[in-house]
Amino acid sequence: MLVSIYRYNPETDSKPAMQDIEVSIPADKDLMVLDVLALAKEQDATIVYRRSCREGVCGSDGMNINGTNGLACITPISAAVKPGGKLVLRPLPGLPVVRDLVVDMSIFYKQFEKVKPYLINDEPPPAIERLQSPEDREKLDGLYECILCACCNTNCPSFWWNPDKFIGPAGLLQAYRFLADSRDTATVERLSGLADPFSVFRCRGIMNCVAVCPKGLNPTRAIGHIRNMLISQGT
Amino acid sequence: MSNVTNLGRSGLSDWVIQRFSAVILAAYTFFILGSFLIHPDMDYVQWKTIFENNLMRIFSLVTLAALCAHAWIGMWTVSTDYITALQFGKRATAVRLLFQAGCILLISVYLIWGIQILWGF
Ligand code: SF4
Ligand code: SF4
Ligand code: FES
Repeated sequence: MLVSIYRYNPETDSKPAMQDIEVSIPADKDLMVLDVLALAKEQDATIVYRRSCREGVCGSDGMNINGTNGLACITPISAAVKPGGKLVLRPLPGLPVVRDLVVDMSIFYKQFEKVKPYLINDEPPPAIERLQSPEDREKLDGLYECILCACCNTNCPSFWWNPDKFIGPAGLLQAYRFLADSRDTATVERLSGLADPFSVFRCRGIMNCVAVCPKGLNPTRAIGHIRNMLISQGT
Repeated sequence: MSNVTNLGRSGLSDWVIQRFSAVILAAYTFFILGSFLIHPDMDYVQWKTIFENNLMRIFSLVTLAALCAHAWIGMWTVSTDYITALQFGKRATAVRLLFQAGCILLISVYLIWGIQILWGF
């Protein structure tokens, strides 16, 4: 199988280039894209990419696979490439490239930090733990599972245009995760930090984020909930 | 990039104004299209009579105002999406302000001209 990999080392290359490598795939196996990358790296050890868990849990190998963002470790080549086709791997779009398939995620994490992704509760803690009813706990399903792979933000035009001002789907999903938490007491403060024209309202609802989330999460719906909370608070 | 140039000064009010004005615009469009459908052979005299009714003038003026607000929020958003340092480098702020000034000028011209047409004859 022909694999085309984005190569760029800012220290030595004047501009990025695609490198084609022929990788032999065992005929009876549907490898994951990450396995193919490992085979390619056996031929050229200078190829750089991130990975850790290799089972869709750590979120470190988000990349653009034949035009679609996804995790290399859980994307089978049969899903990414038509039979006989070429596997094309590029870094996540819209973020500065550190090297080859590795991008600089600083601005992504900065947006994540903005939403204060931790429980805020200034009431004195009870002796054992803050309890929550099973129903209230259920409200966090589909929100807490995010692994911060950045596949969604880097597929979102609003994030491409204003990465420093629009929080983006991943951060907003977490913003709603704490807005929806029955144990969090900072709802009003959280909301007032989101009412400006950029943080939430740059979302145009085109659901590019939903289309690529490898965990099947729905940031657009969470953003809609935030907007409704803002509207009911503001009126 | 500052937020001071947007209409409602908050993303929330901009969003609400945008939706509200859209409803007014849709209602007016349906009303005008509807009256053409009901009177396919409308002539200038009939057209003029419709607009001599004060209610019709007020409806038209409200729609014009909604259109102006809608257009400004839209153009402001477009300019802050596409005329940024990412695409224009250091000149971005100057280019964007120029573009926004042009939009304000055009929108004001349309608004004043529209009022003149509605109440001018
Ligand atoms: S729905 Fe909103 S957050 Fe998701 S990709 Fe579209 S603009 Fe971005
Ligand atoms: S919402 Fe999905 S795509 Fe976005 S960072 Fe979380 S896991 Fe990744
Ligand atoms: S290597 Fe951990 S998610 Fe792919």
